[in-house]
Amino acid sequence: MIVDLPSTTTSQVNKKMVELRESGGAVALGRVLTLVIVTGDGTETEEAIQAANEASREHPARVIVVAKGARQAAARLDAQIRIGGDAGASEVVVLRLYGPLAEEGAGSVVPLLLPDAPVVVWWPNDAPEFPGQDPIGELAHRRITDAAAEPDPIEALRTRVRSYVDGDTDLAWTRLTSWRALLAASLDLPPFEPIEGAVVSGESDSPSTDLLAGWLAASLGIPVRREVHRGPGIVSAVLERSSGNVEVVRPDGKVGYLTQPGQQDRRVTLNRRAVRDCLAEELRRLGPDEIYENTLRGLSDVVRGESSENEEQAEPVSAGQQ
Amino acid sequence: MSSPEHNPLRDPRDKRLPRIAGPAGLTIFGVTGDLSRKKLMPAIYDLANRGLLPPGFALTGVARRDWENQDFGEVVYEAVKENARTPFHQAVWDRLAEGIRFVPGSFDDPNTFDRLTRTVKQLDAERGTGGNHAFYLSVPPSMFPTVLTHLSNSGLAEQTEDQWRRVVIEKPFGHDLESAQELNRIVNEVFPEDSVFRIDHYLGKETVQNILALRFANQLFEPLWNAHYVDHVQITMSEDIGLGGRAGYYDGIGAARDVIQNHLLQLLALTAMEEPLSFAPGDLRAEKSKVLSATKPVGPFADTTARGQYTGGWQGGQQVPGLHEEGGFASDSKTETFAAITLEIENRRWAGVPFYLRTGKRLGRRVTEIAVVFKRAPHQPFDDTMTEELGQNALVIRVQPDEGITMRFGAKVPGTSMEVRDVTMDFGYGHAFTESSPEAYERLLLDVLLGEPSLFPVNEEVEKSWQILDPILDYWAEHGYPEKYKAGSWGPPSAESMLARTGRVWRRP
Repeated sequence: MIVDLPSTTTSQVNKKMVELRESGGAVALGRVLTLVIVTGDGTETEEAIQAANEASREHPARVIVVAKGARQAAARLDAQIRIGGDAGASEVVVLRLYGPLAEEGAGSVVPLLLPDAPVVVWWPNDAPEFPGQDPIGELAHRRITDAAAEPDPIEALRTRVRSYVDGDTDLAWTRLTSWRALLAASLDLPPFEPIEGAVVSGESDSPSTDLLAGWLAASLGIPVRREVHRGPGIVSAVLERSSGNVEVVRPDGKVGYLTQPGQQDRRVTLNRRAVRDCLAEELRRLGPDEIYENTLRGLSDVVRGESSENEEQAEPVSAGQQ
Repeated sequence: MSSPEHNPLRDPRDKRLPRIAGPAGLTIFGVTGDLSRKKLMPAIYDLANRGLLPPGFALTGVARRDWENQDFGEVVYEAVKENARTPFHQAVWDRLAEGIRFVPGSFDDPNTFDRLTRTVKQLDAERGTGGNHAFYLSVPPSMFPTVLTHLSNSGLAEQTEDQWRRVVIEKPFGHDLESAQELNRIVNEVFPEDSVFRIDHYLGKETVQNILALRFANQLFEPLWNAHYVDHVQITMSEDIGLGGRAGYYDGIGAARDVIQNHLLQLLALTAMEEPLSFAPGDLRAEKSKVLSATKPVGPFADTTARGQYTGGWQGGQQVPGLHEEGGFASDSKTETFAAITLEIENRRWAGVPFYLRTGKRLGRRVTEIAVVFKRAPHQPFDDTMTEELGQNALVIRVQPDEGITMRFGAKVPGTSMEVRDVTMDFGYGHAFTESSPEAYERLLLDVLLGEPSLFPVNEEVEKSWQILDPILDYWAEHGYPEKYKAGSWGPPSAESMLARTGRVWRRP
């Protein structure tokens, strides 16, 4: 069900929601968190709502979408409430803010936050430079940005290093989890030798590749080379040790090849992850992510390799796989 | 030998990284059975889909069928398509299918095991399973000795420093204390106890693990969790289905052995045990073992236990046969399809609090729950008329379906007069967390591959459970017959009277 409340106030929105709950039965109690999505007023709004709805199947949430409309208009708040089939397992409140109100999103969000439940804010794009100091960001326990959606992803990462406060996270980091899991699992097994070097390659503007390098640099305590490849996304990661290298190569963005000394080469599913899956993973953890923080700090130990040498070479680094 | 301390890429604070099992293969004996098609194969796919299986994971089926690898692959494919919890992805399936093997042959033929040995060696070479293999015996317990002996003779059970072999067995773990000890002896001759994983799928359920979180992570409940405040505890596992087609397994076993000995006593242990020192497997088992040692059946059994057999009738809009009309059961079968017993726990926390356990087939509906029923308030400042509709407070842990927790307490009925009536407050897992929790078998199979034994009962717990149940089974064997009860009801009249003698009633789940 979709209910439009044009030119309204948040107390009317709240009143309407209670009314809908009473007439529609047990909607809306038992939500575990409030997800605030800050977007522009264009098509990106619906895409973000869609992703949030799908993620909400895992985490029933109240979703508040703050869509910032034209600054030049007269101050106005248009609201829309979606419940039931139009909102997945969540309830969605879309607030369209025009004129001077557009800059005052926090004031409209506060009255709609669920009592005593964690608040997560997500900027699908155009994240503020300092998310933790943003008026809406300040309300949140967790702030999700997406470097890959910024005009200059690598520059965006540099900004994140400066702006990090506990509770910040970035979807470029979430996209890495399956790579990290695979690399960590490969070191669960003997030989337990020190890693002497590491090389990561991927698209030049793939922030996840940089973060992977940063993570390796931070956790292994060694400089990591970051090379440029035509992609898509992350293409390879190599851990160098004396008895032989651990290599993960994913030439096509779908299937990875894992090579370890003394073991059969293996193929692994390593699909690039959809936004909704990443969002669901983010909503699972509501505390500060120290590993992400260390990774951001580790970026300074990443050595950007000269590009182009690998540019044409989409083959796995070592021979022999098929 | 692999341990997180060695691994610079693992950080205990890094909660995103799942524990992926190391290189390993799983061999299932009896792949043609219902369990492996409905639960095991889908669970393996779901694990693969969640990225929790090692790259190069191998699944080997053993059965007396004239199949090639592809035929077995087809069977797994169908099972996955039909029963998997997570959506089907071709890429995931393709990786999994590469590691599927089939070994034809009967379990008493040494040649079968020679073929299996070759397959396992090949897998180590081709897929990199690293000599780590788990053997899942999805076969009747009468076959255990045969399979285990052959596993031992063919060298498949031999472990080395960095190659593990594990065995997974399903209930029933014997039919009384003596046979359970015998079974444990046979199994332990081939596999040391720390390589034996006894599956009690109830322990893989999220709600059951949540009992520990509920009790030990919260301040709210534990102060009330004792004989001062608790009047009694009811643990129920009921099914609405009958026993059609299961006579071979069930006849002579009965409800108490089938369900109470394992599932219900494990639920009782988790509900009643003291706080473990930590959640390390050893500490958890120590507490479970302690509370099971303190648990005793309450007599006289003629009054404190009940058993029944369902008769035919109309259930849920369908005409269903009684036990004696089900194929395979003798017309004078004494096998009980309903069992209820009274236990007490002889320690300071629980002295005087009866624990009522009941289970049955063809009951009102399918439900498993633990109801902790509290005493009435010692003094009511209200008139009797005000509280006549107030029952006892209760906390109900719903294990399945609708996993969650219900609390029941009194509230004022709106109006000018003071009237107090029972209301309930619900926590539903599905509302607060994932839409679908992982299947119990997913969790348990992963734990087998990881070598994580917390959720598996050890032989000590199995034997203690039989010690609790044996006196009742002996009494039943010598005295009388199971009482009849109507299909779709909540059991025979004696079930009601065993609680009524102390002024209590069963909760209707």
